[in-house]
Formats: sequence, C-alpha cells, structure tokens
Amino acid sequence: MRQGKYPFVIGFLIAPLALYGMFVLRPIAAAVQVSMTNWSGLSPNFDFVGLENFQKLLDDDKVWLAARHHVFLLVTLPVITIALALFFAFLLNMGGGTRGGMMTGVWGSKFYRVVFFLPQVLAVVIVGVIFGRVYAPDGSGVLNRFLELFGVDPVPFMAEYGLWSILGVLVWQAVGFYVVLFAAGMSSIPAEIYEAAVMDGASRVTIFFRVTIPLLMETVKVAWVYLGILAMDAFALVMVLSIDEGGPDGATTVLPVQIYKSGIRESDYGYASALGVALAVFTIIFAVLSLRGGKRNAVEH
Amino acid sequence: MANKSEKRSGAGVLNKLSHVALAVWAILIIYPLIFTFLAAFKNNTEIFIGNPFALPSHWDFESFGRAWTEAKVGTYFLNSLIVVSVSTFGTMLLGAMAAYVLARYEFVGNRFIYFLFIAGLAFPVYLALTPLYIVVQELGLLGTHTGLILVYIAYSLPFTVFFLAAFFKTLPNAVAEAAMIDGASHTKLFFRVMMPMAKPGLISITIFNIIGQWNQYVLPVSLLPGGAEGQEKWLLTQGIANISTAAGYQADWPALFAALSIAIIPMIIVYTIFQRQIQSGLTAGAVK
Repeated sequence: MRQGKYPFVIGFLIAPLALYGMFVLRPIAAAVQVSMTNWSGLSPNFDFVGLENFQKLLDDDKVWLAARHHVFLLVTLPVITIALALFFAFLLNMGGGTRGGMMTGVWGSKFYRVVFFLPQVLAVVIVGVIFGRVYAPDGSGVLNRFLELFGVDPVPFMAEYGLWSILGVLVWQAVGFYVVLFAAGMSSIPAEIYEAAVMDGASRVTIFFRVTIPLLMETVKVAWVYLGILAMDAFALVMVLSIDEGGPDGATTVLPVQIYKSGIRESDYGYASALGVALAVFTIIFAVLSLRGGKRNAVEH
Repeated sequence: MANKSEKRSGAGVLNKLSHVALAVWAILIIYPLIFTFLAAFKNNTEIFIGNPFALPSHWDFESFGRAWTEAKVGTYFLNSLIVVSVSTFGTMLLGAMAAYVLARYEFVGNRFIYFLFIAGLAFPVYLALTPLYIVVQELGLLGTHTGLILVYIAYSLPFTVFFLAAFFKTLPNAVAEAAMIDGASHTKLFFRVMMPMAKPGLISITIFNIIGQWNQYVLPVSLLPGGAEGQEKWLLTQGIANISTAAGYQADWPALFAALSIAIIPMIIVYTIFQRQIQSGLTAGAVK
C-alpha cells in the first residue's frame, strides 16, 4: 500500500472505540466493581464489601419475585408468540389451498402482513399507555366491555392478573415480527418439496407439522433467543402499565425495574449494580443454553 | 367453478377458518389504535365511564392543541426528532467506519476489537445502567441531549458494526482494487466507492436504528432527569409516560390520548409508505 494503512485504520477506529469504551465497556466493568462496594451515591466514600450485595440480593423477596416472573415470561412468551406466528405465517403463505400443485396464500395476505407487523414500529411505552385503557377494570375498559357481551363481570386485569396482562401486551406487539420472519422463511422453502407432499395427498395440517415446521427449525430457534431476551426486559411495560410500577405488591416486578428503582431513584449504586450483574448472568446463561441446544437437530434443506 | 369448490369443500372450510383467525388478529391489532384516536375527541367522563366502543359526542381538535402546547408534547416531539436524527447519523457514520476497517483491513488487534464490539451484544443495558448514569454525570452531560446522543451512538454500535462488517465482507474486491490503482486514497475509497456499494445494507440498519432509538425509554428516563428545567429536554416516550402516570381522574385524559395519537400517527404513515423496507430492516438482524 502506498499510503499508510495504520494512520487510516486508527483514524477510522478511534472515535467509535472511544465512545464505545466510555459509555459501554467502562460502565460494564464498573458495574462489576461497584457491585462489590457499599457505594450509596450520597457520599464519595465507599468500602469494598465483597459479596455482601449479592447476599442481600438473595434475601430480597422482590428479587425472587422478579426472577420468578422472568422464568414465567421466559416460558410463556416464546411458546405463545412462536405458535401464533407460525400459524399465521402458514395461513398467509399457504392458507389459500393448492392451485396447480402450488400452495398459495390467502386472499388479502399482503394487507394482513402489514397490519400484523405494525405494533413493532410503535414505542413500547406508548403501547403500554394505550393498554392501560384496554385493561381498565370496569365497563369503560375495551376488554371488559367486550367480555360484558358474554355476561362476564368486570375483571380487574392489572390488579389480579397483572403478569398475564403484561404477557398479553408483549405477545400482541411481538407476533407480527415473527409472522414476517417465518413467512420469509417459508417462502424460501423450495416449491418442489410442497409439490411432492401435495402429490402424496398430504393435508395442509400434515404439511404444516411434517414439512414446514421441521424446515423452519433454525429460524424458530433464533426467534426463541430473541423472545427470551425480551422476556428478560419488560421494563417499559411494567413501568407504565402495572399498578405502582411493578405492583400491586411486587406482583408484576421484573429485575430491570428493581435495578432502575434502587440505582437511579434511590442511588443505592452498589446494590443496583449487583442486580445488574445478576440479570446479565441470567441472560447470558439463557442465550448460551439456547444457542447450544440450537446446534443439534438442525434439518438442512 | 361450483364443481371445483365442492370437490374441495374440506379445504373451503379451512379457508374460511383461516380468514376468521387472521381477521380476528387484525382487529385485535387495529382496535386499540382506533380507540386511542377516538378517545382524543372524548371528554374525561366519556373515557372513564362511557362505552369504549362508542363514538365521541363532539369532534373538535382542542385536545390536540392542549397536548401540543400545555402538555408540551410539541417540545418532546421536536426533542425526539433532534436526538434521533443526530444519533442515527452518528451511529451510521461511526458504525460504518469501524465496520469497514474491521471487515476489509488486516492489522494487529483486528480480531480483538471486533470481538469487543460483538461482546456488547451479550450484555443487557440494565447491567451498566447505574455506572452509566455516574459516567454521564461526571462528564457533566446529565440532562443534556449531547450526552444522550453519545450514549445512543455507543449502545447502537455493537449491532451496527456486527451487521455492517458482515455486509462489507461480501463486497467485491475488484472495484476497490481498480480505485486504488487510479490513485484513490483509503478515505476516498471508503466514501466514494464502498459506501455507495453498501447502500442496501446501510438502509436496512439505518431503519433499524431509527426505530430502536425513537422508541427508547430506559435511557432517556435515566439520563434526562426531571425538574422544571430538565423537563424541557424530555423525549416523546418519556413525556407521554409521565403524563400517563401523573394523570389522576381529574387530569386531562383527552389530551393524553391526543398526545398518543400525535406520537402514533406519524409512525403509522411512515410505516405504511416504507413498510417493505421497514420490515426487511427490522428482521435483518434475525436473518443473519
């Protein structure tokens, strides 16, 4: 190379690396350090307290509640979202039956695709505020007014079924994304495979379970990891939708909410950082386990 | 025709059921949004006691005016616009520069730096939330748009670098070599040749970043504290969340719903126009 390669490389890397180091890497390293101190933020002095914060964390009822809620979401959110999305994607791609041995999508599939994906571009916070009225505990709530038609008494959604209600919003928002993802995956499955299945007289139900799903397994696993990471978050929804930001009485709290409350609100930096470390460990274990599991049983096409 | 459909009557029933299932989900998506828009025209009584499926008794845009000025949604909207435009531009410029160098140049530490960026993908933002707050405070950037913009860029870099590095690797060498023989400098090669060639990838990831940053909540709510002066700096998501949590029964609910409509409608319009690009932009990450 005629001109210096290194000056160019350094010139291009220095700004991104500086920002990234300052605002991402340094805070991550600091989180681990601070988690072992009793820094309250009020005084500049703090002591190294070892694993005391982690001990406190294990004795904190709210943390255990939050962890249980994450486990609940970790199971329900991916299962329900993926099942619905696969179903809708299949209907959109192949619900129209067979025409000349080819599977076709239902009428209006383009419209459905656009509508289903729409919640994805809306801010979670805004969706949360809207669902405050959807879940209103009396006849002025959209859902309760609808249930009234069937003679159901008003349900206090957020007070009694808070976590399920939050799950409902998460699913509502996520499904469309995976419909688009799966539909794209389905349309890349070679038509001959379907033609052969149709020739053999396979019904659409059989085709869905025996052909489509096995061939989409890789995409489904990616979806699983993404939805799992979503289940570890839920911060914005819990903050705006639940009663008392994670209540009533911790019934909908999640770790990010606990981190925000003890770190930003109460300036309990040491403890909040310990919670952050716990959440990160939890997330990384989940991601590694699901990616590991994903390596096996892959079907090639 | 009749003959054909009779033959496949089983398929016909299935077809109808498919339509019902799809239509039900479409209504579930659309109705809450229609409700929001209608509620902007209702009054507090209609919202709190009335039938949520009823139309408003009056049609006037007063609540929109109140939301825009009194509830400061206008200010929040412009703040979001400023922050997201600058930070997305910064993310794309710095992300593309880093990704390009990492993808197409061999140098000592390349793998290590690439790995550093990718590692950022594994950590939830909440891990570093408290120390980040302290870092921003120490720099005197707490409560400033500059601070938030720099943080947005930093947190968007891992995915942007990851995605674009993969994209730059796929670009052919021949064009780059020809440009070098013509005497183009490395910088010129990047801006004049490589960036235009990478356009499809750049568009996808730009859309991804705009939507992600526009919808951000935890970062502004942590780094732009309130107070009389601080509130002027707030972004749309945080402003609306505040109106909704501060609002009791006496509060101006029509204005809240007007605010929600103001936040939603531009997104719906932009989405309808660019839905193809937006869908591929947002799903691009999962396809990789």
